Parts: sequence; structure tokens; C-alpha cells
Amino acid sequence: MKRIFNWLFPHPAMTLLLAIVWLILQKEFSYGMALFGLILGIIIPRATAVWWPDRPQGFRLGRMLAYIILVMWDIVVANIQVAWIVLTRPNSKLRPAWIIVPLDIRQPEAISVLAGTITLTPGTVSADLSSTGECLLVHALDAPDPDAIRDEIKQRYEARLKEIFV
Amino acid sequence: MTWDEIGTYAVAIFLLIGAFFTLVGAIGLFRLSDAMTRLHAPTKVGTMGIGALLLASMTGAFVSGVGSFHELLIMAFLFVTAPISANFMSKVNIHKKSSIAPPNAPDDQTWSTLVKRDGDEAPVDEPA
Repeated sequence: MKRIFNWLFPHPAMTLLLAIVWLILQKEFSYGMALFGLILGIIIPRATAVWWPDRPQGFRLGRMLAYIILVMWDIVVANIQVAWIVLTRPNSKLRPAWIIVPLDIRQPEAISVLAGTITLTPGTVSADLSSTGECLLVHALDAPDPDAIRDEIKQRYEARLKEIFV
Repeated sequence: MTWDEIGTYAVAIFLLIGAFFTLVGAIGLFRLSDAMTRLHAPTKVGTMGIGALLLASMTGAFVSGVGSFHELLIMAFLFVTAPISANFMSKVNIHKKSSIAPPNAPDDQTWSTLVKRDGDEAPVDEPA
């Protein structure tokens, strides 16, 4: 039974996501379209499974949703902070800095979510990954204390991502 | 006050918030000093500006009775793709040296965009 389930849904979260995206794309909700979305959600992950061999095995959907809400909140706060900096701080008083964030997470999926989060939140842009994937290069718009930003990224986002991708 | 009026005011407020943040993004792009800091204004303030405008569009649709969730998809796709373009732009900036140079990566590593690969051409100096 479990084997059939695993064969049919190599990635249950992706099946769910595809079905929901398909439903939102429609103009009106109908059961026929819901069923078709579910079929697409089964066929697409199945057909592309070959090209995605090392997909993360454990993925906690509930924690991911909590993470998304946290990031949304941070984006709103960050926007107000960055807007304030842009409007009031003269260029000479800005302290831009490069920050190196050593990574504990190794899965490419988790690292790309982390890099995306960093780019979307408080005055930081993720610029590059080291050749072995062990640290991330981040540029900060205004960093009076670069170490504090590094620690915040590690505690606030990376620690949570570690629990999402197990 | 009827729901119609509340909805109209909500749409107006969201539109104003969106317009404000989009304007701030444009100002930031204009006045910040080097290429890397300039990247911050559009990537962050832009997402919020567009997010608020889409929220206004969604509220407007619901108030006029034709609910629509398409905006949620636009927002989701935007939030997934915006960091990638920002990432590419910062890699170009590293190559063009249009900002303060990034520190070297620790422990014998290099930043992946600076790795020399087979078939790379010899670096050409940018004309000043």
C-alpha cells in the first residue's frame, strides 16, 4: 500500500501545489476541474521524477506554511525599514557590507529557499554561493554590525529550514 | 457605511500603499551610490509595491462581485522569480567590479561565479 502511494505521489506536497495552482488558474471552481488538477498533479511529478533524483525525502508542509507567514511579516517590516533608509539616509552615512554566511544545511532545495528569503527580506541580497556550497555571500544595504545580521539569518531562517527539510 | 464603501476605501488605501512603495523603489534606484546598493531598492520595495497593488486589484474584484484569486498566483510567481534575477544581477556586478569587492570565500573555496571552468575565455578588461 505504502509503495503504491509512493509511486503515485513521489512528492505529495507538489501534487497538492499543482492542483491548487490549476484551480486558481480557472475562472470558476468546478469539481471536474478539481479532478483534472489532481490528475495533472499526479502526472507531472511522475513524469519529471527522473530529472529530479535527489529530491528531499522529508518535507514538513505545516512548518513551511508557518515559515511563509513569518517571511511575509518580515517582508512588510523590511520594506518599511528600507523605504525609511532610502528616503532619509544620505549616501555617505550608508554602511553597505558583504557578509559571509556559513551554511549548515546542504540540500540544494533548502539553500535556494534560504537564498530567496534573504533576497526578499531586510536590506539583504544573496549574491553567490561558494563552489562547494558551504557558505553564502550576502550583500547588506546598511550593516552597522555584520555579525549580528549573519547570526539573525542563521537563527531566524536557517534553523527553521533545517526542520522543514529533514 | 455599507460594505461597498468600505471596499472602495480599502482599494484606495492599498493603491496608495502600492504607489508609495513603487515610488520609493524608483527613488532608491535613482539615488543610491553603487550597483550593489542600488539593487536593494527594486528587489525589496518593488515586491511590496506590486503586492499592495495586486491586493487592491483583488479587493476591487471582490467588492464588485467577481471574486478572483489570480493575483495570488502573480504574487507567488513574482516572489519566486524576483530573487533569481537579483542573484544574476549581483553576479554580473561581481564580475564587472562595479561595487566594493566581495571578501574571499573561507577555506580554499571560491565563489561559484568566479570558478574557472574549461572553455572559459581569458578575462577581458572592461573599457573604462
